[in-house]
Amino acid sequence: MIKIENLHKSYKMGSNSLHVLKGINFSVEEGELVAIMGSSGSGKSTLLNILGMLDGLDEGSYVLDGVPIKDLNETKAANYRNKFLGFIFQSFNLINYKNAMENVALPLYYQKVGRKERQEKALKYLEQVGLKEWATHLPSELSGGQKQRVAIARAMAAEPKVLLADEPTGALDSKTSYEVMDLIQKINDEGNTILVVTHEPDIADMCKRIVHLKDGVIVEDKKVKQVRASEHV
Amino acid sequence: MWLFDRDLWREVFNTLSKNMFRTFLTMLGVIFAMVILMLLLGSANGMSNGFDKIFAGTASNSLFVWGQSTSEPYKGFERGRRINFRLEDASILKEQIPEIEVLAPRIELGSHRSIVSVYRKGRTSGSSVYGDYPEIDEITKKKLVEGRFLNQLDIEDSKKVCVIGEETYKLLFDKGEKVIGEEIRINGVFFQVVGMYKPNNNINIDGENAVFIPFSTFQKSFGSGDRMGWMAISVEKNTPVPIVESEIKKLLKNKYDVSPQDERAIGSFDMSEIFNNISAFTMVLKGFSFFIGIFTLLAGVIAISNILLITVKERTKEIGVRRALGATPRIVKRQIVLEAIVLTAFAGLIGFAISVGILMMLDAKWGSGEDFPFINPMVGVAQFLFSFILMVGLSVLIGLIPANRAVKIRPIEALREE
Repeated sequence: MIKIENLHKSYKMGSNSLHVLKGINFSVEEGELVAIMGSSGSGKSTLLNILGMLDGLDEGSYVLDGVPIKDLNETKAANYRNKFLGFIFQSFNLINYKNAMENVALPLYYQKVGRKERQEKALKYLEQVGLKEWATHLPSELSGGQKQRVAIARAMAAEPKVLLADEPTGALDSKTSYEVMDLIQKINDEGNTILVVTHEPDIADMCKRIVHLKDGVIVEDKKVKQVRASEHV
Repeated sequence: MWLFDRDLWREVFNTLSKNMFRTFLTMLGVIFAMVILMLLLGSANGMSNGFDKIFAGTASNSLFVWGQSTSEPYKGFERGRRINFRLEDASILKEQIPEIEVLAPRIELGSHRSIVSVYRKGRTSGSSVYGDYPEIDEITKKKLVEGRFLNQLDIEDSKKVCVIGEETYKLLFDKGEKVIGEEIRINGVFFQVVGMYKPNNNINIDGENAVFIPFSTFQKSFGSGDRMGWMAISVEKNTPVPIVESEIKKLLKNKYDVSPQDERAIGSFDMSEIFNNISAFTMVLKGFSFFIGIFTLLAGVIAISNILLITVKERTKEIGVRRALGATPRIVKRQIVLEAIVLTAFAGLIGFAISVGILMMLDAKWGSGEDFPFINPMVGVAQFLFSFILMVGLSVLIGLIPANRAVKIRPIEALREE
């Protein structure tokens, strides 16, 4: 599904250049649930940004579902993001003046899906995350866990190839974190490919594979026995 | 066609309506600008209408010609010779100058602007007495309150009839007394009153203390022969009056052996000059109001752009999320520009509604034009449409500034955690 070879990325900071990713080789098969771990400054966010086509790469190659991702202009990147990727953010990033259903329907709007179909799909995904009754509520009327579940529904609404979650539990207490991870696991059980960036070991243990990043290189890449989040709830 | 994309409009209206306060503040500038523009234009129109009313009934492209005294010796004649027109001049002029539409010769009893005693049942008024052709009514319209004006039959039969002004009536009649059919006496000749006119806010060069009798009757009753006092002439609509004026003068100078250089021998007054001055004045007034209004509007639209610029900054995160979810730069840009257009258009319409209300109030209070020239202050459809389209056009251009700013936001920067 994802194939990255010899990925380099550096940022210019004035006259110095900061080499963040120093040759990453990494691939993900369909249906995997991968945790990307590392301390801050390890380059895990940069990797996620490149995977998410939010940032370009300096060197190396990135192939997503057989499509080489390179030389993207903003329009093309936006279209690819919409088609291939679903984003889940640490701070949820719901649009605060849109209700839950409208938020979930937004990626479908950019796919030019008809309004009726959009609403049906949005409701379907809200139901899947257990928030159908909250469809008409604004984000401000939802708890943190609920917000993240709406965000997950939104990420899934466009039926992307890969879900990218950037510290999805970073802003949640542990109980809610496990609920969200339970949801992510269930989505993964259905065959969806998910990448989770986290620095919490217990969250990483709930994935099927852990990739450790340190100083811009992968220091460890191992399959783990998945801890079911439902056991902790 | 995105213009008919219901979802796009919903998106725009949702964004605006869910931030009502911000939306309202943004619109305020344009609302005020529109009110100012419309009030200025409306008032200028009202003033223009007021002037129009004053001149209503007077043919704008008309002139008056009369004889004076020569100021230069010519062909053996000494200077200071009095020029007296004769009735035949009228037909000669009409024949030779095709641009003349109506030519009404007139003769006055006594010398110019002199006052003649008019008697009725022991009362006397000092009035001007004119011998006229019915055509004069096409050049200076009288507002008749009773009866009729002189007609062709009066001329043909030299009827002893007259039309009097309201002032003359007041001097000769009791209040409310019947006037039509009554007789008045001028220089021992009796005339039957067939009509009375009253002042009507217009320019009235004859005044209201005057008696009009048929030209032919005047000739017979007062033995004026073929003498003629002056001529009221109206000129074809598209011909400049001064051109015809000089042609007439040239012809008359030739006929009466006046030096071509003599400017004093024949007097004339060009009515169109006044009209042109007044219409130039109102044009300048309108142009000036438009100028001020448009710049106020521009300021208003720039204010919208400014606030949108701020909101774009505020909405950095939202825009970043939208971009991450697949909004292309074009979609983001279009949305911001549309927001600018919708804001401007709405504000413009609100401002228009307010200003129409104010103009209607002004109209109700002062719009009768009694005290000063101000009638029906309203904005024309064309003026409104022009301002509106201009305003929306400006909003597109100026909306592009925040739109481009929004597009420059890179999703990665927008989404960076604080």
